[in-house]
Amino acid sequence: MAKVPVQFTLNGAEKAEFIDSGTTLLHALRDKIGDTSPKGGCHQGTCGGCSVIIDGELRLSCLTLAETCNGAAITTASGLSEGGVLHPLQRAFLDAFATQCGFCTPGMIMAATVLLDHTPNPSRDEVVEALSGNICRCTGYEPIIQAVLTAARSNSQNAA
Amino acid sequence: MAIRRGRGVAAINYPTGMNLGGDPTQALVHSTPTGNFMVTLSSVDLGQGMKQIMAQICAETIGVPTDRVVVDTADTDTGPHCMGTFASRGTHRAGNAVIQAAREARQVMLEVAAEELEVNASDLETDGQGNILVKGAPQKSISIFDVALSAHFKRGRSISGRGMFLIPRSYPEKETGAMKPSTCYAHACTVAEVEVDDETGEVTVLTVKNVFEIGRALNPKMVEQQLVGGSWMGVSHALYETTEPYYPNRDHGGTDFNQYLMPGPGDLAQTEIIVLERPSADGPYGAKGPGEMCANPQIPAVANAVFDAVGVRIDTLPITPERILRALKAQASN
Ligand code: FES
Ligand code: FES
Repeated sequence: MAKVPVQFTLNGAEKAEFIDSGTTLLHALRDKIGDTSPKGGCHQGTCGGCSVIIDGELRLSCLTLAETCNGAAITTASGLSEGGVLHPLQRAFLDAFATQCGFCTPGMIMAATVLLDHTPNPSRDEVVEALSGNICRCTGYEPIIQAVLTAARSNSQNAA
Repeated sequence: MAIRRGRGVAAINYPTGMNLGGDPTQALVHSTPTGNFMVTLSSVDLGQGMKQIMAQICAETIGVPTDRVVVDTADTDTGPHCMGTFASRGTHRAGNAVIQAAREARQVMLEVAAEELEVNASDLETDGQGNILVKGAPQKSISIFDVALSAHFKRGRSISGRGMFLIPRSYPEKETGAMKPSTCYAHACTVAEVEVDDETGEVTVLTVKNVFEIGRALNPKMVEQQLVGGSWMGVSHALYETTEPYYPNRDHGGTDFNQYLMPGPGDLAQTEIIVLERPSADGPYGAKGPGEMCANPQIPAVANAVFDAVGVRIDTLPITPERILRALKAQASN
């Protein structure tokens, strides 16, 4: 089968690949480009582990065909830190012990990033709602919810 | 038809590890030329934090900071033997093996330091910061860095140790059938409060209050993390999760997360955790295994709370609305 070209920016860097038509973005990111931060938990849209941000919106990369991302700006969890300094959400997850095995963490952080972009001071219910598409097997969610609330508070303090 | 409230309590004893044909774990510890320490294990970190705990145990025993220890669990084919990470045995079994290996390595380290300082090894102590001092004369000291260099390049010694921890097989006594399946038990007690809708059979868990007795919390933050997650998982087992709704008939078994129900962040009950520490006699620095134990008492506590709320005993898991409604119907027709 003829390969198709796909071109997008990933965490600010230009990427161009030839892929099989029908390749999911998850597969392209992990196995072609080597960004393994999106995790394939279910490959059918039920776990949230593969969440990435495409043009500012939260998307499941396992249900997104890579070739539909031509020209898009894609952000993954591995693109959040800047110059070795952790993103406030990453710092909050670390400080709150909001991760155990860590498998769900990149997806959780992606979902929380989009939440805080749109709603800088979310209520607890809004955090719960924003994370409700992401499954975590280890933490019981409470530390994750707390980490997102803490990151929101520290963001708004820095802004003030 | 109404929403009814109930409260249930349950307490458990939970063995640390198991006892089939004997339960061994081995560990090796050695120093690098610059005085960092490697712990080699076949015990696997599943995400529960075992590497961190083993690094702490090794560091504490040798007398160096935790960041001077690297734990390698790379390969179960080539590493020292371990039965595996299961039965809540990791910290207890591997921890004890690491202590033994680290003690032996520490002894060699002190012997080399003694030669360098021209004193007796038994007169030396570590400061926990990477130095070895003469007891009572701390101005006479040598860094572990220099001791390792000396061992490697001058004295031809290997600063290393072997550790083995074995719970031997226990056979039942012929007369009584009594045996010792485990040497160490963790304990827990949970009080759960629920609301049951006696029209739909739906259960809402309002609060889950847990007390866990885990020997000693070697890393209190990680223990708390595991207990909070475990408490949630216990509730999940009580009310939601099953692979085999019509077991042993596998038809309609769950195949993925959309058929295998787990509560999400929106289904959280208010959860409380209290940790009690009663160091175990044979645990590494007193630790027991909290891993699986922490997800157990919630299940009978929720079942008891459902009974308290609507007067039916559900003895099959998970406690689904269907099972509650069937039991209520049977109760009404009696
Ligand atoms: S892998 Fe995409 S939602 Fe699970
Ligand atoms: S930390 Fe293990 S799945 Fe969330």
